[in-house]
Amino acid sequence: MIGPALPRREFWRLTAAGAVGALALWTVAALSGITPRQFLPAPWEVVARLAQLMVEPFVGHTLPVHLASSLQRFGSGFLLAVAVGIPLGLAMAWFPVLDRLVTPLFEAVRFVAPIAWVPFAALWFGTGIGGPVLIIFAGAFPPVLINTYRGAHNVDRKYIEAAQMLGAGAFRSMTQVLLPAAVPSIVAGLRISAGLGWQSLVGAELIVASSGVGYLMVKGQAAVSTSTVMAGMIAIGIVGLLIDMALRRLQARIEQRRGL
Amino acid sequence: MATIHFDGVGRTFRQGGKEFVALQDIDLEVRDREFVAIVGPSGCGKTTCLRMAAGLEHPTAGRVSVDQSVVTKPGPDRAVVFQQFALFPWKTVWDNIDFGLQSLRVDAAERRRRIEHYLGLMGLAGYEHAYPHQLSGGMQQRVAIARAYVLDPKVLLMDEPFGALDAQTRVVMQEELVRLARQHPRTVLFITHAVDEAVYLADRIVVMTRRPGRIREIIDVKSVREAERWDALPRIEDVMDQASFVHLRTHVWKLLRDQQSPDEH
Repeated sequence: MIGPALPRREFWRLTAAGAVGALALWTVAALSGITPRQFLPAPWEVVARLAQLMVEPFVGHTLPVHLASSLQRFGSGFLLAVAVGIPLGLAMAWFPVLDRLVTPLFEAVRFVAPIAWVPFAALWFGTGIGGPVLIIFAGAFPPVLINTYRGAHNVDRKYIEAAQMLGAGAFRSMTQVLLPAAVPSIVAGLRISAGLGWQSLVGAELIVASSGVGYLMVKGQAAVSTSTVMAGMIAIGIVGLLIDMALRRLQARIEQRRGL
Repeated sequence: MATIHFDGVGRTFRQGGKEFVALQDIDLEVRDREFVAIVGPSGCGKTTCLRMAAGLEHPTAGRVSVDQSVVTKPGPDRAVVFQQFALFPWKTVWDNIDFGLQSLRVDAAERRRRIEHYLGLMGLAGYEHAYPHQLSGGMQQRVAIARAYVLDPKVLLMDEPFGALDAQTRVVMQEELVRLARQHPRTVLFITHAVDEAVYLADRIVVMTRRPGRIREIIDVKSVREAERWDALPRIEDVMDQASFVHLRTHVWKLLRDQQSPDEH
């Protein structure tokens, strides 16, 4: 933040004003008829559709079931990214050889958008769970790796020297010094990672045959039901926000414990 | 028996294509259970000496050995107390002290016994579950000293351990270290730029010259301390009041003052 901080009451008032303003613009656009209904559904239509989707199945499932199946895919891809990214990032920070081997390759590959993996995901995994997991992984992996590596690489030399003089080998130095030193950076990375992974979901579900919010939206588009697509967008937005809030809470707790 | 030997130790640095000598011809033996303090003007390479004994840096000439074996890398037989404490902020006091013991694969009961002993000795009882950031600087340095002593190392290397503390805390820590050093005599190499501290703590003082760092003079304090019975005096200020103390301190001061460059009066 560059300007002076806002008082807490002001902060919430502005947040509410922003939301109400956007909603008002949307309502006016819908009521005035500037935008044809099939291009932009009215807010109340979307709310009604959302309520309907909660109980009535669309393309086989209700919205909560679609969401649950999306979350499961997201969870698998995200956890895989964490399980590979954290150990690899620590090892790269500790062993310069590995750093040299992996970094140039990684720096090139990470600019490929997750959705670009769709053809290969389909080719390699067909309609199985592997395809979407690969795409979510492609989105979630780079921030975990980068933040783990940077956090571990920038650890204060004095902690490494202390660990060495206390007789710690490579494994203990990585797990008990580099890892905890990198935790604040890793958690910040997890937030970015979860965001990008969740964003990649719709792309991932383009190639899934039977369920998921992305799948629901693709089918909604095919049925020219813009309110269904919009309901899916809102569901993705809300769940994404909840995931980020959970991680932000984790981050705050860790920082508090460290006395940061 | 635990000794530290510096045999013809030198250290040169290359900077911008130019070579300059940081340390030259250091010959020194720290005898078994002797407390040796190195004093010198800043930039004389005294910290480099300690870091070479720790295995954190390496000489470009001669060699440093501990107990006849040449130092090549850091290890728990040469415990270091750093000026900036270097406690792990993510570990409690207990776990910080335990870290080295775990490396040494000491069994759980013995670890517990030793940690409790040093917690008591260093006045840390009741703080074992605290994190470093919850403690004052003086308390943090107590933890760092306990972390070093608990390993029962051959030698202790202390790099201006009280340099980051305020004056009052510093005095208390100096008294405690004297108590600890008399109770648990160890081979100690202690780096400081505070003359009082060196005279109060050390058995011998090594005075170094400004760049290139060489040994100017080695002063025997122990014989004076024993003859004048300093250890019978309970407080540091009583010791510092002794004519024998003042005399030694002035002597060291004069040696250092000759080293001062004109811009540092």
